[in-house]
Amino acid sequence: MSTIVSLPDQSTAKLPAKSYLNQEYGLKSWLLTGDHKRIAMLYLFSITFFFVIGGVLAGLIRLELLTPPADLMATDTYNKVFSMHGIIMIFLFLVPSVPATIGNFLIPLMVGARDLAFPKINLLSWYLYMGGGLLVLATMVLGGVDTGWTFTTPLSTHYLNTHVVTAAMGIFLAGFSSIFTGLNFIVTIHRMRCPGMTWFRLPLFVWGHYATSIIMILGTPVLAITLVLVALERTMNIGVFDPSKGGDPLLFQHLFWFYSHPAVYIMILPGMAVISEVISTFSRKRVFGYTAVAFSSVAIAVFGFLVWEHHMFIMGVSQYSALVFSLLTMLVAVPSAIKIFNWSMTLYKGSITFETPMLYAFGFIGLFTIGGLTGIFLATLGMDVHLTETYFIVAHFHFVMVGGMLMAYLAGVHFWWPKMTGRMYPEAISKTAAVITFIGFIVTFFPQFILGYLGMPRRYAAYPADFQVLNVFSTAGASILGIGYLLPMLYLPWSLKYGEIAGDNPWQATGLEWQIQSPPLTENFSEIPIMDHEAYDYEWLANKTHHEVQTVG
Amino acid sequence: MTEKTQSTHQDAEVHVVKPPVYLAIFFALLVLTALTTGISFIDLGVFNAVIALAIACLKASLVVLFFMHIHYSSRLLKLTVAAGLFTFMLLISLTMTDYISRAWGMF
Amino acid sequence: MDSPSIATTPHELGSSGLPHAHDHPAFMRHHFEDIGQQREAASFGMWVFLLTEIMFFGGLFCAYLIFRNWYHPAFVAGSNTLDITLGTTNTAVLIGSSFTMAMAVYSAEMRRKGQLVLFLVLTILLGGVFLGIKAVEYHQKYVDHHIPGMNFSIQEFVHPTNPKAIPLAPDMAEKTQLYFFLYFAMTGMHALHMIIGIGLLLFMVARASRGAYTAGHVIPVENFGLYWHFVDIVWIFLFPLLYLISRYR
Ligand code: HEM
Ligand SMILES: [Cu+2]
Repeated sequence: MSTIVSLPDQSTAKLPAKSYLNQEYGLKSWLLTGDHKRIAMLYLFSITFFFVIGGVLAGLIRLELLTPPADLMATDTYNKVFSMHGIIMIFLFLVPSVPATIGNFLIPLMVGARDLAFPKINLLSWYLYMGGGLLVLATMVLGGVDTGWTFTTPLSTHYLNTHVVTAAMGIFLAGFSSIFTGLNFIVTIHRMRCPGMTWFRLPLFVWGHYATSIIMILGTPVLAITLVLVALERTMNIGVFDPSKGGDPLLFQHLFWFYSHPAVYIMILPGMAVISEVISTFSRKRVFGYTAVAFSSVAIAVFGFLVWEHHMFIMGVSQYSALVFSLLTMLVAVPSAIKIFNWSMTLYKGSITFETPMLYAFGFIGLFTIGGLTGIFLATLGMDVHLTETYFIVAHFHFVMVGGMLMAYLAGVHFWWPKMTGRMYPEAISKTAAVITFIGFIVTFFPQFILGYLGMPRRYAAYPADFQVLNVFSTAGASILGIGYLLPMLYLPWSLKYGEIAGDNPWQATGLEWQIQSPPLTENFSEIPIMDHEAYDYEWLANKTHHEVQTVG
Repeated sequence: MTEKTQSTHQDAEVHVVKPPVYLAIFFALLVLTALTTGISFIDLGVFNAVIALAIACLKASLVVLFFMHIHYSSRLLKLTVAAGLFTFMLLISLTMTDYISRAWGMF
Repeated sequence: MDSPSIATTPHELGSSGLPHAHDHPAFMRHHFEDIGQQREAASFGMWVFLLTEIMFFGGLFCAYLIFRNWYHPAFVAGSNTLDITLGTTNTAVLIGSSFTMAMAVYSAEMRRKGQLVLFLVLTILLGGVFLGIKAVEYHQKYVDHHIPGMNFSIQEFVHPTNPKAIPLAPDMAEKTQLYFFLYFAMTGMHALHMIIGIGLLLFMVARASRGAYTAGHVIPVENFGLYWHFVDIVWIFLFPLLYLISRYR
């Protein structure tokens, strides 16, 4: 199979003498760093840690569901396990996954800046994240929380004796960490672009993160205040969400989903951003319809704020209002579809090669499309009455969040691994892992669409025996999926020491980040670059290499 | 009303608003406060709330435009303020589509 | 098409390790290109943070709007128990503190150290007066048994001691709890912002008296000013919404 990978001669190649990794040594130099690249690494470690915990919980859920009765654990325990799984995966893994690691690492590089605008705030954001993470861990140690990740009132405020307040505080802190990441990105993208880097020369990765940051900034505070109200309601018996005191539980739903629907776009836009880069690089073509893709990101961010009520269709909201929101929800699918279309057109007649990131990217496109289309089913009022609160929902959001975002995250990690560490990951085994992940994913989650359609409700430990076959499939798939995720966790650390030296630009990619040494210097550029060509200009790259060869030779 | 100072460093051109402007805004705000309190003692039906909010918006605009210098700021900052208001209005208005029409006329 | 300008390898790393060593003022962070960029980034960053704050209070305003419409009589009764003299005074005090803060920014811009310290101290004093008055009001609520979750009683609304007040039916009177909860949540959140602000002001006075902000580095004062004015704006809305409902009764 052809490949575009071009590595330096391994017998002579060396890692650069000076880079951000060896600028300083010692724990302190990491914990007090202002360098966006080091903070990205801190995030990478921490989110992987929480991903493992969330993953183990997911494994427990699937094990319990292997058999119809609630036999592995008590139903109460089951409630706690899926709640903790949701909270950890959403707030501690998916929301920061791409932005706080890959985004943190790359945005300054891509806009041609020495760092993010506010390095200290960036570090603060990591500490807030860790604070939030510790509180969530504390929740788990103290005995867990069983509200589901949605904290539904009045269940969470009046009926449960679990650690709702601790968990809410953890999410509150993690929320502020994401606000600060977003703030840093927005200011950096607006104010720190290098000379010549106009808005329409920015890589689409940056556009995607710009859109994400808008949501982080404007949505997250609403979640914060909502959680504060839940905590007050619990501790002081206030009554804003309590119908017996004149409050309105639906108000909680409105406020919660005002954040949490846009938040699902926090959990997909950065993934789309990664995919644009990967697709372009491995089909050696400029992304088709650059402007359309760029604006569709912003459109998703804006429309994302107009649809939240689709999570409340059966909760007793006004039917007129539900009609409006059903329509608006259909609209938000349009910009997502534009992206899928543009990626396909980019592939069309491109010189495609199948390196690991590209395999993940293909996985993303297929699975996200299914996830998005089933979203349209759910947006349809009549259909939703049948499908809501069933496994259909579970399958829908796992297709977009795991099949979409997690695939994109892995694509990104592999794609930029050589830049972050200076070394290549082992190609053969990582391709295997990508394929395993894809197969495991389909086997796990596709049966859940059918289960949901047949009426199996979500969030129960037990189910009728008729559903067992499909559930066995799902659990079996989850085991395969687990192996798929375990592999990178083994071979990526391995490659830190034994991987091939990657050189500056192993993929022959055009981004600014690929024109500097890997791993980069502490302040990225020895001289602030001047951008004199469009993004994804492979001709420019060819000429540049040509020029270098001539001057050297 | 304003003077432009070129501070010692390049590009750092800022508008410095002079004290008379601040003083004028300060008094305007005090007068509006007195006005809104006064009007609240007169029965105007629904217009009590409308006028109170209108005066509050006026006061807030004065603070934003002059104390916070938005009047003299770049388009980016003006847009930033607008974006905040816009999203806040989205939150209110789209939530209201539910509350107003849950039982027509009862809200 | 050729761009030599993208530096691919470190050309020369000076002994300091810092690639660019032009002479910049000491307060300039070296990842910025020049001081203008730093200043623009800082104030834009502050505004973006204020957006977050708008949405944070936005949730409370949304709740207020709904319950005020649902339980209007209860909100009228609750609002009428607040002391309008104290409320109006406090509004004036806070506007005054915004004015002194604006003057502080001006003084920093003009590089007048003494004047800057004076205005910062005045801002602290006015902020303190505001919080003091707020404390008096809170205490009054405590005495009246109007603190939800603590010692709430609807007695006063069902059987008002004031002959002019209109008694409420018990179930509507219950809803005054919601009014008072929102009152405490909103003013409490606002007061929390004031307390944080005063803490920062104290810190800034100490630094200002050592001349920190009067040698060209006005960004911290300016940004703090934005924060303080924002807190003022929140109060500008809270005052009519909480104190001025149907006062004519
Ligand atoms: C592309 C267009 C999309 C549409 C039209 C759509 C539509 C919907 C609808 C209508 C629901 C509510 C179903 C119900 O509760 O009855 C839903 C649930 C959900 N969606 Fe989507 N969605 C889309 C994309 C996404 C994306 C990109 C993500 C995340 C990355 C996502 C994550 C979720 C989650 C987590 C839930 C379930 C929340 C819960 O109840 O726990 N969706 N979606
Ligand atoms: Cu949604």
